[in-house]
Amino acid sequence: MSRIAMKVNGADITKDVADPTLLSEFLREHLGLTGTHVGCDTTQCGCCVVHLDGVSVKSCTVLVGQAAGHAVTTIEGLAEGGQLHPVQKAFRECHGLQCGFCTPGMIMAATELIATYPGTLNEHVVREEMEGNLCRCTGYHNIVRAILTAAEEMLGPDRVVQPASDHAKTEG
Amino acid sequence: MYPLVYHRPKTLAEAKELFGAGADATFLSGGHTLLPTMKQRLAAPSDVIDLTAIPEMRGIAVEARLLKIGAATTHAEVAESKIVRDAIPVLAGLAGSIGDRHVRHRGTIGGSTANNDPAADYPSAVLALGATIVTDRRRIAADDFFTGLYQTLREPGEIVTRIEFPIPDSACYAKFRSPASRYSIVGVFVARTGKNVRVAVTGAGASGVFRPAEFEAALSADFRPEAVAHCSVDPDSLLNDLNATGEYRAHLIRVLAGRAVAKPGALQSFK
Repeated sequence: MSRIAMKVNGADITKDVADPTLLSEFLREHLGLTGTHVGCDTTQCGCCVVHLDGVSVKSCTVLVGQAAGHAVTTIEGLAEGGQLHPVQKAFRECHGLQCGFCTPGMIMAATELIATYPGTLNEHVVREEMEGNLCRCTGYHNIVRAILTAAEEMLGPDRVVQPASDHAKTEG
Repeated sequence: MYPLVYHRPKTLAEAKELFGAGADATFLSGGHTLLPTMKQRLAAPSDVIDLTAIPEMRGIAVEARLLKIGAATTHAEVAESKIVRDAIPVLAGLAGSIGDRHVRHRGTIGGSTANNDPAADYPSAVLALGATIVTDRRRIAADDFFTGLYQTLREPGEIVTRIEFPIPDSACYAKFRSPASRYSIVGVFVARTGKNVRVAVTGAGASGVFRPAEFEAALSADFRPEAVAHCSVDPDSLLNDLNATGEYRAHLIRVLAGRAVAKPGALQSFK
């Protein structure tokens, strides 16, 4: 048992937790932040992605002690003042989800990608960089569209290349 | 998971003391092999000693034609490092091809090298570049370090602190990924310094990463893709599993060695 202190979604948290506790388990079962989903529990599916000091990590493969003293952001921490984050908004508008199970991980991965990617975002880059997040429903097309839509809103049109076919559809 | 005690020492001395005091202690770096292994009940250490808060385990520098990378440096840090990109560009490319974005944010060069997974990418670079593995107690040549599947010369409690890579004239890496796991079924790393060419193959060897002598001799004499067209590796010395037979891996080694040599400095990932 250790006393664990960390910042979660901007709030200082201190809890006594057993050392084998995973960060995903801590968020869900100790803090009640069940927006972080556990899909495979084997570092593959990406449903459990959160930000650790602004960097995306699979929280099922981080011990709570490794995150102690650091800042964690979960899907619950994205919306501000009742306004959805641009990535959340774009997933809704572009129908970037069906069952919704992978969505928190997808959105956390996408927000980090948009915030940190140094170059121009396009469909190829998004598909490659989102390789660590699996979706069993959508076929990914609308997820990619949502991420590029949000990226354009956040970074401006100079940093994003939209898929050509989608431009045609929008304009048509 | 089984009960364990987590430690995050600030010095190597403290880490060694904790290891000595634990009944069955183990070291943790990125944890992206150890934690899944523990979840599968294939490991149940009494004490997990996190090495990532120890300052000398971190950092990237070039000194005297050696690229020195601290063992706790993540794959993402290596991939993005201007120092690595300038010194050995394909090493940055290799690091950027491991796992996925989130895995690269946690996994480390020291962890991957010390674990010596037969499908890991880093051991091929460490061996082909003739790197030196620096530990808390000695310096080990890559040729001596990797001793078998998941086996290295590392003794119990010995901590890999840094890897030092001699900077070659050119180096290249070509890998073929499993369509499901994305691990390399075969990866071929080629490093050339003057007339001397070293080749290391990962993903394929039944005893882990290895240097195929025939390929090295052929490329040292003639550094062109055509030079390896008739080189071969005995399929019986290769892994034979549901991903690929030994014969298929032997074929891939020849094809990927040729493709690597055709693009000096490049990382090529096929899937």
